[in-house]
Amino acid sequence: MRALAIYIAKRLLWTLPTLLLVGMIVFVMVRLIPGDPVQVALGDQVSAGESEAFRARLGLDQPIPLQFLYWMGRAVQGDLGNSISNGQPVLALMLGRFQVTFLIMVVAVALATCIAVPAGMVAAWKQNGRLDFSFVALSTLLMSVPSFWLGLLMLLVFGVKLGWLPVVGFVPLSENPRAALSYMILPIATLTLIEMGVLTRMVRASAIEVLRLEYIMHARAKGLSERRVLLRHALPNAFGPIWTMIGLILGGLLGGAAVLETVFTLPGLGRLLVDAIFARDYPVVQGCLLFTALVYVVVNLIVDLCYPLFDPRVVAS
Amino acid sequence: MMRPSLNLVVGSLLIGIVVAMAVTAFFWTPYSPMAVNLKARMVGPSASYLLGTDDFGRDVLSRLLVGASQSLTVAILTVALAVGIGATLGLISGYVRGMVDRVLMVVSDAILALPGTLLALGLMVIMGPNKYGVIFALGVAYSPSVLRIVRSSVLSVREREFVEASRVIGNSELQTMVRHVLPNSIAPLVVLATSMFGWVVLAESGLSFLGLGVPPPAPTWGNMLSAARPFLERAPWLGLAPGICISMTLLGINLLGDALRDRLDPRMERQ
Repeated sequence: MRALAIYIAKRLLWTLPTLLLVGMIVFVMVRLIPGDPVQVALGDQVSAGESEAFRARLGLDQPIPLQFLYWMGRAVQGDLGNSISNGQPVLALMLGRFQVTFLIMVVAVALATCIAVPAGMVAAWKQNGRLDFSFVALSTLLMSVPSFWLGLLMLLVFGVKLGWLPVVGFVPLSENPRAALSYMILPIATLTLIEMGVLTRMVRASAIEVLRLEYIMHARAKGLSERRVLLRHALPNAFGPIWTMIGLILGGLLGGAAVLETVFTLPGLGRLLVDAIFARDYPVVQGCLLFTALVYVVVNLIVDLCYPLFDPRVVAS
Repeated sequence: MMRPSLNLVVGSLLIGIVVAMAVTAFFWTPYSPMAVNLKARMVGPSASYLLGTDDFGRDVLSRLLVGASQSLTVAILTVALAVGIGATLGLISGYVRGMVDRVLMVVSDAILALPGTLLALGLMVIMGPNKYGVIFALGVAYSPSVLRIVRSSVLSVREREFVEASRVIGNSELQTMVRHVLPNSIAPLVVLATSMFGWVVLAESGLSFLGLGVPPPAPTWGNMLSAARPFLERAPWLGLAPGICISMTLLGINLLGDALRDRLDPRMERQ
């Protein structure tokens, strides 16, 4: 129990310096963007006095390290400033958009895991067999298709040719769940298919490693059914790397969200970031980068904290 | 081990096709990839335009060929940059250790704490959308993983006897590092660099698709896909060809990567 507490405390403490550094990188990155944010916000038609006053109000006349401290201080309290284009608080703007991104990502990864785990286990069990070959071939193919192209194909087939689902638009889940679902099916299906490829191969590789071990031979020698050997003995041990992979995939999806949301015209976090980049809306750009990094760090933290649940060995080391 | 694996054959074949497309584009394209022909807008595939024309009446096949050379150039230069930065810093980090190592590790940890695509997006904003911006942004975003993998193999290689021997016979530290430690630390890097090649092709086309990569009139596969999105109903062929090319490249690289890993790690051999 004590070892577990130490493990959790260590892992939690480790995130603090990471978050601080990530904050620094984001801050520096946004400062390095060429162009003057004050001029972008006010346009060319203002007097020098006005723009100086605006600059002072934003704290942009302070030395850079001080600006960073102020910004981090406010960010910790949930204040990421207001959008230059529409004046709304950045945090509220992002949280609204994040719901869409989050829902699609989590549902897709959950579905992909449910399909990939049995598929990968069977492939590993029948390693080098015909079934294994076709599973590996299919996963490699799925892995090689870019999400935005698979998305376009989906739209082409189910939206344009068959006319089953809408091609452009979005309805929030709270307004009309049925209509909302019709806009979410294709993006979720696209991500599920792609992540299924990566995960199946990961499950297979991980299970092959485990099935080689002596305790599996022992379990078989005891006369346990293959089903029992696979599900009760092999799977729990193979699941560690898969679980870590799920965390990495969620992070990768966050980074790639903009592309998928562009294909399906979804109002998610990624699209917010890209639109803000084009509009030179720096507070939103900065907020989105920081928020995405934060979610990524938190997801990996949760993955690590759950790890001892199925592999108690990590706590001991 | 004796006969080439299926992965190797199919992978080389696919990459061979893409390379052939890129090389062809250097010498010949059916039409100029930039020539606008408003009389032949969105013409379907036909004898005069094998893969049809886009919304400006530009020949899709010609743009596809030039797109191959664009993608390959960007991918090669980006991987070279990432490996250059990563291997140099990784070698220094693992060989010199101490304070330098600690600082480099902290920085690379922080960079790896951001999703790679996101970091590249942020860097693209600073660099502005152009080809060299893409190369720089992706190169920097992927270098920490190179740094890590080189550092860890350097850490084990530097303890081996031949490194000590090199010092004993009077070679300088730099010479020992470059001539003896580095060549023995690159095997894992080869596998990483191969998959990285695929990530770059994907990321570059993704950035272009968003309008943040190589700017539009230039024929890249990502640009072509992004231009095809509004005409999905009228001209579906516009969205097919570039996507097939990207997938073909990625599939080829994934298969080659598998073949390479099978060679280097015989335990996972044959599937």
